Amino acid sequence: MKAKIYVTLKKSVLDPQGKAVGQALSSMGFGGVRDVRMGKYIELEMNGADRAGTEKNIKAMCEKLLANTVIEEYRWEIQN
Amino acid sequence: MSCFLINGYPDTRSHTRFSVKFGVVVFPGSNCDEDCRHVLKNVMGQEADFVWHKDRDLSRYDCVVLPGGFSYGDYLRTGAIARFSPVMEAVQKHAERGKLVIGICNGFQILLESGLLPGAMLRNASLKFVCKFVELRVESADSAFTKKTKKGQRLRLPVAHGEGNYFADDEALADLKKNDQILLRYADNPNGSVEDIAGICNKKRNVFGLMPHPERASERELGSVDGRKIFESIVSQ
Repeated sequence: MKAKIYVTLKKSVLDPQGKAVGQALSSMGFGGVRDVRMGKYIELEMNGADRAGTEKNIKAMCEKLLANTVIEEYRWEIQN
Repeated sequence: MSCFLINGYPDTRSHTRFSVKFGVVVFPGSNCDEDCRHVLKNVMGQEADFVWHKDRDLSRYDCVVLPGGFSYGDYLRTGAIARFSPVMEAVQKHAERGKLVIGICNGFQILLESGLLPGAMLRNASLKFVCKFVELRVESADSAFTKKTKKGQRLRLPVAHGEGNYFADDEALADLKKNDQILLRYADNPNGSVEDIAGICNKKRNVFGLMPHPERASERELGSVDGRKIFESIVSQ
């Protein structure tokens, strides 16, 4: 199984990187971008076929290490 | 009065009742560890050892120093991986026992990641690494780390960081203020930090984290000796 994890800053947290990229896009002439949020993409190759166990494991990994829940939120997808 | 010199520096031990044993933790990627130990030993005249991040025993130290640097290359988030080094369990226990912990720059980031202090660090609002002297205002002298200062006193210390933009949500901020945990604020905010926060302590007031580097401002040759106020506070327990 492969887990694809996305970590982004919470909506309530200002994202200076996203802001700078948004400004660059608009100064390049790309219109229509209202907001840019930057984040991290993490891929995990997982052993085993127990989907429920894997999900539980991934949640624990996100809570403990992969995301800092003071400022970040996370979501994941699992591919077989 | 005679003035003793230790390795060419004035003996500051005469101001202290007893000496403090410091343990300076070395993570892979720490780079202010030597500076911290130098100041503690040669300027402050205290005992200071290096403690490897795999060590698990801090029982012989009164004050643990988490120095600046780029532990684990700042991978994932600053301090996120160092926080799981074996020594951090001992740091946790050390803090629980009411002994002193000071985290400087990357050390502050590690304390935030470990939950020993509330909040988190974001990239500087300017997105630039800031390396310069800044002016700080002491917000509270009621701590083991600032007792030799006065509320409102200005300190001139250098900062050197890319992630010093302190963040705490409204609830955590209200808590910090209510409990007088904000010890230092920037006079001129260099990184976008919420409420100009430069240094905070925990509720028990024995764990302190700050972004500026007192160890880089403890000798006249380096442009400021204001950093000594922090170390003098610690050694005057």
